[in-house]
Amino acid sequence: MTTPAVYLAQDPTLADFGHDPWWISLIKVVAAFVFAVLATLLGVWFERRVVGFMQVRPGPNQVGPFGLLQTLADGLKMAFKEDILPKGADKVVYFFAPTISVICAVTALAVIPFGPMVSMFGHQTPLQVTDVSVAVLVILAASSMGIYGIVLGGWASGSTYPLLGGLRSSAQMISYEVAMGLSIVAVFMTAGTMSTSGIVAAQAGSDRSASLGGFEFFAPGWYAILLLPSFIIYFISAVGETNRAPFDLPEAESELVAGFMTEYSSLKFALFMLAEYVNMVTVSAVATTLFLGGWRAPWPISIWDGANSGWFGLIWFFAKVILLVFVFVWLRGTLPRLRYDQFMRLGWRVLLPINLVWILALAGIRVLQKENSDAVRWGIIGGALLVILLITLAWPDRRKQPPRPLQEQVNARPQGSFPLPPMDLVVPPSPRARRGVAQRQPANVGGGAPDVVDTTSTEEKED
Amino acid sequence: MTLSPYAPIVGLFALAAFFALFSVASARIAGPRRYNRAKLDAYECGIEPSPQPVGGGRFPIKFYLTAMLFIVFDIEIIFLYPWAVSFDQLGLFGFVEMVMFIGTVFIAYAYVWRRGGLDWD
Repeated sequence: MTTPAVYLAQDPTLADFGHDPWWISLIKVVAAFVFAVLATLLGVWFERRVVGFMQVRPGPNQVGPFGLLQTLADGLKMAFKEDILPKGADKVVYFFAPTISVICAVTALAVIPFGPMVSMFGHQTPLQVTDVSVAVLVILAASSMGIYGIVLGGWASGSTYPLLGGLRSSAQMISYEVAMGLSIVAVFMTAGTMSTSGIVAAQAGSDRSASLGGFEFFAPGWYAILLLPSFIIYFISAVGETNRAPFDLPEAESELVAGFMTEYSSLKFALFMLAEYVNMVTVSAVATTLFLGGWRAPWPISIWDGANSGWFGLIWFFAKVILLVFVFVWLRGTLPRLRYDQFMRLGWRVLLPINLVWILALAGIRVLQKENSDAVRWGIIGGALLVILLITLAWPDRRKQPPRPLQEQVNARPQGSFPLPPMDLVVPPSPRARRGVAQRQPANVGGGAPDVVDTTSTEEKED
Repeated sequence: MTLSPYAPIVGLFALAAFFALFSVASARIAGPRRYNRAKLDAYECGIEPSPQPVGGGRFPIKFYLTAMLFIVFDIEIIFLYPWAVSFDQLGLFGFVEMVMFIGTVFIAYAYVWRRGGLDWD
Protein backbone atom coordinates (compact mmCIF):
# COMPACT_ATOMS: atom_id res chain seq x y z
CA MET A 1 0.00 0.00 0.00
CA THR A 2 1.68 3.20 -1.12
CA THR A 3 0.60 6.31 0.67
CA PRO A 4 0.78 9.64 -1.15
CA ALA A 5 3.00 11.80 0.97
CA VAL A 6 0.97 14.93 0.18
CA TYR A 7 -2.07 13.58 1.95
CA LEU A 8 -0.41 12.78 5.21
CA ALA A 9 1.69 15.91 5.46
CA GLN A 10 -0.38 17.61 8.14
CA ASP A 11 -2.22 14.63 9.50
CA PRO A 12 -2.08 14.61 13.27
CA THR A 13 -0.87 11.32 14.68
CA LEU A 14 -0.97 9.99 18.20
CA ALA A 15 2.44 11.53 18.85
CA ASP A 16 0.97 15.01 18.33
CA PHE A 17 -1.32 14.73 21.32
CA GLY A 18 -0.43 15.45 24.90
CA HIS A 19 1.89 18.34 24.07
CA ASP A 20 -0.59 21.18 24.40
CA PRO A 21 -0.15 23.68 27.20
CA TRP A 22 -3.00 23.43 29.68
CA TRP A 23 -4.76 26.56 28.49
CA ILE A 24 -5.00 25.31 24.91
CA SER A 25 -6.49 22.07 26.24
CA LEU A 26 -8.94 24.15 28.23
CA ILE A 27 -9.94 26.16 25.15
CA LYS A 28 -10.52 22.95 23.23
CA VAL A 29 -12.55 21.39 26.03
CA VAL A 30 -14.76 24.47 26.29
CA ALA A 31 -15.10 24.61 22.50
CA ALA A 32 -16.18 20.98 22.39
CA PHE A 33 -18.74 21.61 25.10
CA VAL A 34 -20.06 24.72 23.34
CA PHE A 35 -20.27 22.64 20.18
CA ALA A 36 -22.41 20.08 22.02
CA VAL A 37 -24.83 22.73 23.31
CA LEU A 38 -24.99 24.63 20.02
CA ALA A 39 -25.50 21.38 18.13
CA THR A 40 -28.52 20.67 20.32
CA LEU A 41 -29.97 24.16 19.93
CA LEU A 42 -29.58 24.08 16.16
CA GLY A 43 -30.32 20.37 15.88
CA VAL A 44 -33.79 20.67 17.42
CA TRP A 45 -34.53 23.65 15.20
CA PHE A 46 -33.15 21.82 12.15
CA GLU A 47 -35.23 18.74 12.88
CA ARG A 48 -38.45 20.70 13.35
CA ARG A 49 -37.86 22.73 10.21
CA VAL A 50 -37.03 19.71 8.09
CA VAL A 51 -39.94 17.65 9.40
CA GLY A 52 -42.14 20.69 8.81
CA PHE A 53 -40.88 20.91 5.24
CA MET A 54 -41.61 17.22 4.74
CA GLN A 55 -45.13 17.67 6.07
CA VAL A 56 -45.77 20.80 3.98
CA ARG A 57 -45.93 23.24 6.86
CA PRO A 58 -43.48 25.96 7.86
CA GLY A 59 -42.23 24.68 11.23
CA PRO A 60 -40.92 27.14 13.84
CA ASN A 61 -40.28 30.44 12.07
CA GLN A 62 -41.17 33.18 14.55
CA VAL A 63 -38.43 33.42 17.19
CA GLY A 64 -35.34 35.01 15.67
CA PRO A 65 -34.26 34.82 12.02
CA PHE A 66 -35.82 31.70 10.44
CA GLY A 67 -36.92 30.66 13.92
CA LEU A 68 -33.32 29.89 14.87
CA LEU A 69 -33.79 30.92 18.48
CA GLN A 70 -36.85 28.72 19.00
CA THR A 71 -34.94 26.07 20.96
CA LEU A 72 -33.30 28.68 23.15
CA ALA A 73 -36.72 30.12 23.95
CA ASP A 74 -38.04 26.65 24.75
CA GLY A 75 -35.08 25.98 27.01
CA LEU A 76 -35.57 29.23 28.90
CA LYS A 77 -39.24 28.48 29.28
CA MET A 78 -38.44 25.07 30.71
CA ALA A 79 -36.02 26.59 33.22
CA PHE A 80 -38.91 28.52 34.74
CA LYS A 81 -41.30 25.59 34.95
CA GLU A 82 -42.20 23.77 38.10
CA ASP A 83 -39.68 21.12 39.10
CA ILE A 84 -41.71 18.15 40.29
CA LEU A 85 -40.36 15.33 42.44
CA PRO A 86 -43.00 12.58 42.34
CA LYS A 87 -44.09 11.03 45.60
CA GLY A 88 -43.04 7.51 44.67
CA ALA A 89 -39.63 8.53 43.31
CA ASP A 90 -36.27 7.41 44.60
CA LYS A 91 -35.07 10.93 45.27
CA VAL A 92 -31.29 10.65 44.82
CA VAL A 93 -31.39 8.51 41.69
CA TYR A 94 -34.21 10.58 40.21
CA PHE A 95 -32.08 13.67 40.69
CA PHE A 96 -28.87 12.26 39.17
CA ALA A 97 -30.26 10.25 36.25
CA PRO A 98 -30.49 13.17 33.75
CA THR A 99 -27.00 14.32 34.66
CA ILE A 100 -25.60 10.84 33.91
CA SER A 101 -27.19 10.98 30.45
CA VAL A 102 -25.78 14.41 29.65
CA ILE A 103 -22.29 13.78 31.02
CA CYS A 104 -21.88 10.56 29.05
CA ALA A 105 -23.22 12.11 25.86
CA VAL A 106 -20.84 15.08 26.05
CA THR A 107 -17.75 13.12 27.12
CA ALA A 108 -17.82 11.08 23.92
CA LEU A 109 -17.05 14.25 21.94
CA ALA A 110 -13.57 14.44 23.50
CA VAL A 111 -11.96 12.12 20.95
CA ILE A 112 -13.76 13.25 17.77
CA PRO A 113 -11.28 14.73 15.26
CA PHE A 114 -12.68 18.04 14.00
CA GLY A 115 -9.77 18.94 11.76
CA PRO A 116 -6.06 18.74 10.97
CA MET A 117 -3.17 20.55 12.64
CA VAL A 118 -3.88 24.25 12.99
CA SER A 119 -2.06 27.14 14.47
CA MET A 120 -3.80 28.26 17.64
CA PHE A 121 -2.27 31.34 19.30
CA GLY A 122 1.14 30.43 17.91
CA HIS A 123 0.92 26.76 18.87
CA GLN A 124 0.67 23.97 16.32
CA THR A 125 -2.07 21.77 17.66
CA PRO A 126 -4.52 19.24 16.21
CA LEU A 127 -8.14 20.35 15.95
CA GLN A 128 -9.28 17.65 18.31
CA VAL A 129 -9.64 17.73 22.07
CA THR A 130 -7.48 14.71 22.58
CA ASP A 131 -6.67 11.35 21.10
CA VAL A 132 -5.58 8.17 22.77
CA SER A 133 -4.70 4.77 21.37
CA VAL A 134 -8.11 3.41 22.47
CA ALA A 135 -10.15 6.45 21.39
CA VAL A 136 -13.03 4.48 19.90
CA LEU A 137 -13.32 2.51 23.12
CA VAL A 138 -13.75 5.81 24.98
CA ILE A 139 -16.67 6.66 22.68
CA LEU A 140 -18.25 3.23 23.14
CA ALA A 141 -17.76 3.36 26.89
CA ALA A 142 -19.37 6.79 27.13
CA SER A 143 -22.34 5.82 25.00
CA SER A 144 -22.86 2.59 26.99
CA MET A 145 -22.76 4.44 30.29
CA GLY A 146 -25.42 6.78 28.91
CA ILE A 147 -27.88 3.87 29.15
CA TYR A 148 -27.65 4.14 32.93
CA GLY A 149 -29.14 7.62 32.83
CA ILE A 150 -32.18 6.36 30.97
CA VAL A 151 -32.78 3.11 32.82
CA LEU A 152 -32.19 4.66 36.25
CA GLY A 153 -34.38 7.63 35.36
CA GLY A 154 -37.17 5.28 34.38
CA TRP A 155 -36.73 3.08 37.44
CA ALA A 156 -36.41 5.92 39.93
CA SER A 157 -39.60 7.66 38.83
CA GLY A 158 -41.69 5.16 40.78
CA SER A 159 -44.30 5.01 38.06
CA THR A 160 -45.45 2.42 35.54
CA TYR A 161 -44.81 4.03 32.18
CA PRO A 162 -41.30 5.26 32.95
CA LEU A 163 -40.34 1.85 34.33
CA LEU A 164 -41.47 0.13 31.15
CA GLY A 165 -39.80 2.77 29.00
CA GLY A 166 -36.53 2.49 30.91
CA LEU A 167 -36.52 -1.31 30.65
CA ARG A 168 -37.31 -1.23 26.98
CA SER A 169 -34.60 1.25 26.26
CA SER A 170 -31.98 -0.66 28.20
CA ALA A 171 -32.83 -3.90 26.36
CA GLN A 172 -32.86 -2.01 23.07
CA MET A 173 -29.60 -0.20 23.63
CA ILE A 174 -27.64 -3.22 24.75
CA SER A 175 -28.98 -5.22 21.79
CA TYR A 176 -27.87 -2.59 19.33
CA GLU A 177 -24.65 -1.99 21.22
CA VAL A 178 -23.64 -5.51 20.17
CA ALA A 179 -24.39 -4.80 16.51
CA MET A 180 -22.59 -1.46 16.69
CA GLY A 181 -19.56 -2.90 18.42
CA LEU A 182 -19.26 -5.65 15.83
CA SER A 183 -19.74 -3.30 12.88
CA ILE A 184 -16.62 -1.28 13.71
CA VAL A 185 -14.39 -4.35 14.07
CA ALA A 186 -13.99 -4.26 10.29
CA VAL A 187 -12.78 -0.66 10.53
CA PHE A 188 -10.12 -1.55 13.09
CA MET A 189 -9.07 -4.47 10.95
CA THR A 190 -8.60 -2.30 7.88
CA ALA A 191 -7.09 0.70 9.63
CA GLY A 192 -4.94 -1.23 12.08
CA THR A 193 -5.57 1.31 14.82
CA MET A 194 -8.24 2.43 17.25
CA SER A 195 -7.20 6.06 17.46
CA THR A 196 -9.72 8.28 15.69
CA SER A 197 -7.12 10.51 14.03
CA GLY A 198 -5.29 7.39 12.91
CA ILE A 199 -8.46 6.03 11.29
CA VAL A 200 -8.98 9.29 9.40
CA ALA A 201 -5.38 9.15 8.18
CA ALA A 202 -5.76 5.50 7.20
CA GLN A 203 -8.79 6.32 5.06
CA ALA A 204 -6.86 9.05 3.27
CA GLY A 205 -4.04 6.54 2.80
CA SER A 206 -6.29 4.07 1.02
CA ASP A 207 -7.36 6.54 -1.67
CA ARG A 208 -6.67 5.16 -5.11
CA SER A 209 -6.29 6.96 -8.38
CA ALA A 210 -5.64 5.50 -11.80
CA SER A 211 -5.04 7.03 -15.16
CA LEU A 212 -6.93 5.47 -18.04
CA GLY A 213 -6.89 6.85 -21.54
CA GLY A 214 -5.89 10.30 -20.41
CA PHE A 215 -8.63 10.51 -17.74
CA GLU A 216 -7.80 10.47 -14.06
CA PHE A 217 -10.05 8.13 -12.14
CA PHE A 218 -10.23 8.46 -8.42
CA ALA A 219 -11.69 6.14 -5.80
CA PRO A 220 -11.89 7.64 -2.32
CA GLY A 221 -10.70 5.35 0.45
CA TRP A 222 -13.72 5.99 2.61
CA TYR A 223 -14.59 2.96 4.67
CA ALA A 224 -18.24 3.61 3.85
CA ILE A 225 -17.34 2.39 0.36
CA LEU A 226 -14.70 -0.21 1.20
CA LEU A 227 -16.68 -1.63 4.10
CA LEU A 228 -20.22 -0.88 2.96
CA PRO A 229 -21.95 -3.62 5.04
CA SER A 230 -20.26 -2.31 8.18
CA PHE A 231 -21.40 1.21 7.43
CA ILE A 232 -25.01 0.16 6.87
CA ILE A 233 -25.07 -1.90 10.07
CA TYR A 234 -23.37 0.87 12.00
CA PHE A 235 -25.94 3.41 10.89
CA ILE A 236 -28.93 1.18 11.64
CA SER A 237 -27.60 0.38 15.09
CA ALA A 238 -26.76 4.05 15.67
CA VAL A 239 -30.42 4.88 15.13
CA GLY A 240 -31.37 2.13 17.59
CA GLU A 241 -28.72 3.23 20.05
CA THR A 242 -29.92 6.82 20.15
CA ASN A 243 -33.60 5.87 20.52
CA ARG A 244 -34.56 7.73 17.38
CA ALA A 245 -37.50 6.99 15.10
CA PRO A 246 -38.25 4.43 13.73
CA PHE A 247 -36.66 2.78 16.78
CA ASP A 248 -38.01 5.21 19.38
CA LEU A 249 -39.79 2.48 21.32
CA PRO A 250 -38.72 3.67 24.79
CA GLU A 251 -40.75 6.82 24.27
CA ALA A 252 -43.48 5.44 22.06
CA GLU A 253 -46.18 8.06 22.62
CA SER A 254 -49.03 5.78 21.69
CA GLU A 255 -48.08 3.16 24.29
CA LEU A 256 -45.93 4.68 27.01
CA VAL A 257 -46.92 8.39 27.12
CA ALA A 258 -43.31 9.66 27.04
CA GLY A 259 -41.42 6.57 28.16
CA PHE A 260 -38.67 6.99 30.69
CA MET A 261 -39.11 10.75 30.96
CA THR A 262 -42.82 10.79 31.70
CA GLU A 263 -42.30 11.97 35.28
CA TYR A 264 -39.59 14.49 34.47
CA SER A 265 -40.29 18.17 34.14
CA SER A 266 -38.46 21.46 33.93
CA LEU A 267 -34.72 21.45 33.24
CA LYS A 268 -34.36 17.75 34.08
CA PHE A 269 -36.57 17.01 31.08
CA ALA A 270 -34.51 19.47 29.04
CA LEU A 271 -31.33 17.62 30.02
CA PHE A 272 -32.73 14.35 28.64
CA MET A 273 -33.55 16.14 25.40
CA LEU A 274 -30.04 17.62 25.35
CA ALA A 275 -28.53 14.16 25.84
CA GLU A 276 -30.63 12.73 23.02
CA TYR A 277 -29.55 15.35 20.51
CA VAL A 278 -25.91 15.33 21.60
CA ASN A 279 -25.97 11.56 21.17
CA MET A 280 -27.39 11.94 17.70
CA VAL A 281 -24.64 14.39 16.75
CA THR A 282 -22.00 12.19 18.37
CA VAL A 283 -22.96 9.04 16.49
CA SER A 284 -23.08 11.10 13.29
CA ALA A 285 -19.62 12.46 14.04
CA VAL A 286 -18.33 8.98 14.77
CA ALA A 287 -19.83 7.71 11.52
CA THR A 288 -18.14 10.61 9.72
CA THR A 289 -14.82 9.79 11.34
CA LEU A 290 -14.88 6.04 10.92
CA PHE A 291 -16.59 5.73 7.56
CA LEU A 292 -16.78 9.03 5.67
CA GLY A 293 -13.18 10.17 5.74
CA GLY A 294 -13.49 12.43 8.79
CA TRP A 295 -12.59 16.07 8.27
CA ARG A 296 -11.06 15.46 4.83
CA ALA A 297 -12.63 17.12 1.84
CA PRO A 298 -14.78 14.90 -0.38
CA TRP A 299 -13.35 13.96 -3.72
CA PRO A 300 -13.91 16.74 -6.29
CA ILE A 301 -12.84 19.36 -3.76
CA SER A 302 -9.88 17.40 -2.50
CA ILE A 303 -8.10 17.95 -5.82
CA TRP A 304 -7.34 21.42 -4.52
CA ASP A 305 -4.45 20.89 -2.10
CA GLY A 306 -5.50 23.63 0.32
CA ALA A 307 -8.86 21.98 1.01
CA ASN A 308 -7.40 19.64 3.58
CA SER A 309 -5.26 22.15 5.43
CA GLY A 310 -5.93 24.21 8.50
CA TRP A 311 -9.37 25.35 9.51
CA PHE A 312 -11.00 24.21 6.25
CA GLY A 313 -11.28 20.78 7.81
CA LEU A 314 -14.08 22.07 9.99
CA ILE A 315 -16.24 22.85 6.95
CA TRP A 316 -16.07 19.33 5.51
CA PHE A 317 -16.51 17.76 8.92
CA PHE A 318 -19.63 19.76 9.71
CA ALA A 319 -21.01 19.26 6.21
CA LYS A 320 -20.78 15.49 6.62
CA VAL A 321 -22.23 15.56 10.13
CA ILE A 322 -25.16 17.73 9.03
CA LEU A 323 -25.79 15.36 6.14
CA LEU A 324 -25.99 12.40 8.52
CA VAL A 325 -28.20 14.31 10.97
CA PHE A 326 -30.45 15.08 8.03
CA VAL A 327 -30.72 11.36 7.34
CA PHE A 328 -31.75 10.85 10.96
CA VAL A 329 -34.50 13.44 10.56
CA TRP A 330 -35.48 12.02 7.21
CA LEU A 331 -35.95 8.58 8.77
CA ARG A 332 -38.13 10.10 11.45
CA GLY A 333 -40.22 11.94 8.90
CA THR A 334 -40.70 8.85 6.74
CA LEU A 335 -40.85 5.61 8.67
CA PRO A 336 -43.47 4.39 11.15
CA ARG A 337 -42.33 2.95 14.47
CA LEU A 338 -41.43 -0.73 14.61
CA ARG A 339 -43.14 -3.21 16.89
CA TYR A 340 -40.93 -4.25 19.79
CA ASP A 341 -40.52 -7.92 18.89
CA GLN A 342 -39.76 -7.05 15.25
CA PHE A 343 -37.20 -4.59 16.47
CA MET A 344 -35.43 -7.08 18.74
CA ARG A 345 -35.53 -9.68 15.99
CA LEU A 346 -33.81 -7.27 13.61
CA GLY A 347 -31.02 -6.69 16.11
CA TRP A 348 -30.37 -10.24 17.25
CA ARG A 349 -31.30 -12.33 14.23
CA VAL A 350 -30.36 -10.15 11.28
CA LEU A 351 -27.66 -7.65 12.18
CA LEU A 352 -25.66 -9.92 14.49
CA PRO A 353 -25.13 -12.96 12.23
CA ILE A 354 -24.57 -10.81 9.15
CA ASN A 355 -21.96 -8.91 11.11
CA LEU A 356 -20.08 -12.01 12.27
CA VAL A 357 -20.09 -13.57 8.82
CA TRP A 358 -18.94 -10.30 7.25
CA ILE A 359 -16.05 -9.98 9.70
CA LEU A 360 -14.89 -13.51 8.98
CA ALA A 361 -15.29 -13.01 5.24
CA LEU A 362 -13.28 -9.80 5.35
CA ALA A 363 -10.58 -11.44 7.46
CA GLY A 364 -10.44 -14.34 5.03
CA ILE A 365 -10.12 -12.02 2.04
CA ARG A 366 -7.34 -10.06 3.69
CA VAL A 367 -5.45 -13.21 4.58
CA LEU A 368 -5.89 -14.49 1.02
CA GLN A 369 -4.38 -11.29 -0.36
CA LYS A 370 -1.25 -11.66 1.70
CA GLU A 371 -0.79 -15.40 1.67
CA ASN A 372 1.36 -16.79 -1.12
CA SER A 373 1.07 -20.53 -0.68
CA ASP A 374 -1.59 -22.14 -2.81
CA ALA A 375 -2.36 -24.80 -0.24
CA VAL A 376 -3.40 -22.20 2.34
CA ARG A 377 -5.47 -20.31 -0.24
CA TRP A 378 -7.43 -23.37 -1.26
CA GLY A 379 -7.72 -24.34 2.38
CA ILE A 380 -9.40 -21.05 3.22
CA ILE A 381 -11.68 -21.10 0.18
CA GLY A 382 -12.61 -24.72 0.83
CA GLY A 383 -13.23 -23.98 4.50
CA ALA A 384 -15.49 -21.06 3.62
CA LEU A 385 -17.50 -23.23 1.21
CA LEU A 386 -17.78 -25.95 3.86
CA VAL A 387 -19.04 -23.44 6.44
CA ILE A 388 -21.60 -22.04 3.98
CA LEU A 389 -22.77 -25.59 3.25
CA LEU A 390 -23.08 -26.43 6.95
CA ILE A 391 -24.99 -23.23 7.71
CA THR A 392 -27.37 -23.87 4.82
CA LEU A 393 -28.03 -27.39 6.08
CA ALA A 394 -28.45 -26.47 9.73
CA TRP A 395 -30.37 -23.24 9.16
CA PRO A 396 -33.34 -23.04 11.53
CA ASP A 397 -36.37 -23.62 9.34
CA ARG A 398 -39.16 -21.13 9.28
CA ARG A 399 -42.01 -23.65 9.12
CA LYS A 400 -44.24 -23.16 12.11
CA GLN A 401 -45.98 -25.99 13.88
CA PRO A 402 -49.74 -25.82 13.33
CA PRO A 403 -51.46 -24.91 16.60
CA ARG A 404 -52.48 -28.01 18.54
CA PRO A 405 -56.21 -28.63 18.78
CA LEU A 406 -57.84 -27.51 21.98
CA GLN A 407 -58.75 -30.97 23.24
CA GLU A 408 -55.14 -32.15 22.83
CA GLN A 409 -53.88 -29.21 24.86
CA VAL A 410 -56.42 -29.97 27.55
CA ASN A 411 -55.37 -33.65 27.67
CA ALA A 412 -51.72 -32.67 27.94
CA ARG A 413 -52.28 -30.79 31.18
CA PRO A 414 -50.48 -32.32 34.16
CA GLN A 415 -52.36 -34.16 36.90
CA GLY A 416 -53.90 -31.96 39.54
CA SER A 417 -54.39 -28.92 37.32
CA PHE A 418 -57.23 -26.56 37.95
CA PRO A 419 -60.60 -27.84 36.71
CA LEU A 420 -61.51 -26.38 33.37
CA PRO A 421 -64.81 -24.67 32.64
CA PRO A 422 -66.77 -26.16 29.72
CA MET A 423 -64.79 -25.19 26.61
CA ASP A 424 -67.70 -25.09 24.11
CA LEU A 425 -69.55 -22.16 25.64
CA VAL A 426 -70.69 -19.56 23.13
CA VAL A 427 -71.75 -16.10 24.11
CA PRO A 428 -75.39 -15.76 22.99
CA PRO A 429 -75.96 -12.78 20.70
CA SER A 430 -77.66 -9.88 22.36
CA PRO A 431 -81.43 -9.85 21.63
CA ARG A 432 -81.29 -6.13 21.04
CA ALA A 433 -78.69 -6.56 18.29
CA ARG A 434 -80.88 -9.13 16.58
CA ARG A 435 -83.81 -6.84 16.47
CA GLY A 436 -81.61 -4.18 14.88
CA VAL A 437 -80.49 -6.59 12.18
CA ALA A 438 -84.06 -7.65 11.47
CA GLN A 439 -85.19 -4.08 10.95
CA ARG A 440 -82.30 -3.23 8.66
CA GLN A 441 -82.42 -5.91 5.99
CA PRO A 442 -79.22 -5.51 3.94
CA ALA A 443 -79.73 -4.59 0.30
CA ASN A 444 -78.88 -7.43 -2.04
CA VAL A 445 -76.31 -5.62 -4.14
CA GLY A 446 -74.27 -8.51 -5.53
CA GLY A 447 -77.22 -10.26 -7.11
CA GLY A 448 -76.56 -13.57 -5.36
CA ALA A 449 -78.96 -15.48 -3.15
CA PRO A 450 -80.46 -13.06 -0.66
CA ASP A 451 -78.98 -13.68 2.77
CA VAL A 452 -82.19 -13.50 4.78
CA VAL A 453 -81.79 -13.73 8.51
CA ASP A 454 -84.69 -15.58 9.96
CA THR A 455 -85.39 -13.73 13.18
CA THR A 456 -89.13 -14.24 13.49
CA SER A 457 -88.93 -17.36 15.59
CA THR A 458 -86.66 -15.78 18.19
CA GLU A 459 -88.77 -12.65 18.28
CA GLU A 460 -91.79 -14.74 19.03
CA LYS A 461 -89.95 -16.66 21.70
CA GLU A 462 -88.91 -13.46 23.41
CA ASP A 463 -92.41 -12.16 23.31
CA MET B 1 3.60 21.98 31.47
CA THR B 2 1.89 19.35 29.34
CA LEU B 3 -0.97 17.12 30.23
CA SER B 4 -1.57 13.44 29.78
CA PRO B 5 -3.71 12.81 26.67
CA TYR B 6 -6.39 11.42 28.95
CA ALA B 7 -6.63 14.63 30.99
CA PRO B 8 -8.87 16.55 28.50
CA ILE B 9 -11.38 13.68 28.61
CA VAL B 10 -11.60 14.14 32.36
CA GLY B 11 -11.84 17.89 31.79
CA LEU B 12 -14.77 17.57 29.41
CA PHE B 13 -16.39 15.12 31.83
CA ALA B 14 -16.00 17.63 34.66
CA LEU B 15 -17.34 20.53 32.60
CA ALA B 16 -20.38 18.49 31.54
CA ALA B 17 -20.93 17.35 35.13
CA PHE B 18 -20.77 20.93 36.38
CA PHE B 19 -23.25 22.09 33.73
CA ALA B 20 -25.67 19.22 34.35
CA LEU B 21 -25.62 19.51 38.14
CA PHE B 22 -25.97 23.28 37.91
CA SER B 23 -29.02 22.91 35.63
CA VAL B 24 -30.70 20.32 37.83
CA ALA B 25 -30.08 22.34 40.98
CA SER B 26 -31.09 25.67 39.49
CA ALA B 27 -34.35 24.25 38.17
CA ARG B 28 -35.30 23.61 41.76
CA ILE B 29 -34.78 27.30 42.56
CA ALA B 30 -35.92 29.05 39.38
CA GLY B 31 -39.29 27.43 38.91
CA PRO B 32 -42.50 28.11 40.81
CA ARG B 33 -43.45 25.73 43.62
CA ARG B 34 -47.19 25.23 43.76
CA TYR B 35 -47.47 21.55 44.47
CA ASN B 36 -50.61 19.58 45.10
CA ARG B 37 -51.39 15.92 45.53
CA ALA B 38 -52.33 15.31 41.91
CA LYS B 39 -49.05 16.77 40.63
CA LEU B 40 -46.94 14.62 42.90
CA ASP B 41 -48.77 11.40 42.05
CA ALA B 42 -47.41 9.04 39.45
CA TYR B 43 -48.87 9.86 36.03
CA GLU B 44 -51.37 7.29 34.88
CA CYS B 45 -53.63 8.89 32.30
CA GLY B 46 -55.69 10.82 34.80
CA ILE B 47 -56.89 7.88 36.87
CA GLU B 48 -55.93 7.10 40.45
CA PRO B 49 -52.41 5.62 40.19
CA SER B 50 -52.09 1.93 40.88
CA PRO B 51 -50.09 1.16 44.03
CA GLN B 52 -46.43 0.60 43.27
CA PRO B 53 -44.44 -2.18 44.92
CA VAL B 54 -41.26 -1.02 46.64
CA GLY B 55 -38.25 -1.01 44.34
CA GLY B 56 -40.13 -1.03 41.06
CA GLY B 57 -41.49 -4.56 41.36
CA ARG B 58 -41.01 -7.42 38.95
CA PHE B 59 -40.68 -7.29 35.19
CA PRO B 60 -40.58 -9.91 32.43
CA ILE B 61 -37.77 -12.46 32.42
CA LYS B 62 -37.07 -11.55 28.77
CA PHE B 63 -35.15 -8.50 29.88
CA TYR B 64 -32.78 -10.59 32.02
CA LEU B 65 -32.29 -13.01 29.14
CA THR B 66 -31.42 -10.15 26.80
CA ALA B 67 -28.93 -8.83 29.34
CA MET B 68 -27.23 -12.23 29.62
CA LEU B 69 -27.01 -12.60 25.85
CA PHE B 70 -25.54 -9.11 25.73
CA ILE B 71 -22.78 -10.12 28.14
CA VAL B 72 -21.91 -13.16 26.01
CA PHE B 73 -21.57 -11.13 22.84
CA ASP B 74 -19.97 -8.12 24.50
CA ILE B 75 -17.18 -10.34 25.75
CA GLU B 76 -16.82 -11.71 22.25
CA ILE B 77 -16.46 -8.13 20.99
CA ILE B 78 -13.87 -7.36 23.65
CA PHE B 79 -11.75 -10.22 22.33
CA LEU B 80 -12.35 -9.15 18.73
CA TYR B 81 -11.01 -5.61 19.13
CA PRO B 82 -7.34 -6.30 19.94
CA TRP B 83 -7.37 -9.06 17.34
CA ALA B 84 -8.73 -6.65 14.71
CA VAL B 85 -6.20 -3.93 15.50
CA SER B 86 -3.23 -6.28 15.18
CA PHE B 87 -4.75 -8.35 12.40
CA ASP B 88 -2.05 -7.59 9.85
CA GLN B 89 0.73 -8.71 12.18
CA LEU B 90 -1.04 -11.90 13.23
CA GLY B 91 -1.59 -13.16 9.69
CA LEU B 92 -2.91 -16.64 9.05
CA PHE B 93 -2.49 -17.78 12.65
CA GLY B 94 -4.77 -15.00 13.94
CA PHE B 95 -7.35 -15.76 11.28
CA VAL B 96 -7.57 -19.47 12.12
CA GLU B 97 -7.72 -18.76 15.84
CA MET B 98 -10.53 -16.26 15.39
CA VAL B 99 -12.50 -18.59 13.11
CA MET B 100 -12.40 -21.16 15.89
CA PHE B 101 -13.39 -18.62 18.53
CA ILE B 102 -16.28 -17.12 16.54
CA GLY B 103 -17.34 -20.65 15.61
CA THR B 104 -17.59 -21.56 19.28
CA VAL B 105 -19.67 -18.53 20.09
CA PHE B 106 -21.75 -19.19 16.99
CA ILE B 107 -22.69 -22.62 18.33
CA ALA B 108 -23.99 -20.96 21.49
CA TYR B 109 -25.84 -18.46 19.32
CA ALA B 110 -27.43 -21.19 17.21
CA TYR B 111 -28.44 -23.02 20.40
CA VAL B 112 -30.10 -19.90 21.82
CA TRP B 113 -31.86 -19.32 18.50
CA ARG B 114 -33.20 -22.88 18.28
CA ARG B 115 -34.32 -22.89 21.90
CA GLY B 116 -36.34 -19.72 21.26
CA GLY B 117 -34.16 -17.43 23.35
CA LEU B 118 -34.29 -14.80 20.62
CA ASP B 119 -38.09 -14.84 20.27
CA TRP B 120 -39.53 -11.91 22.06
CA ASP B 121 -43.00 -13.44 22.35
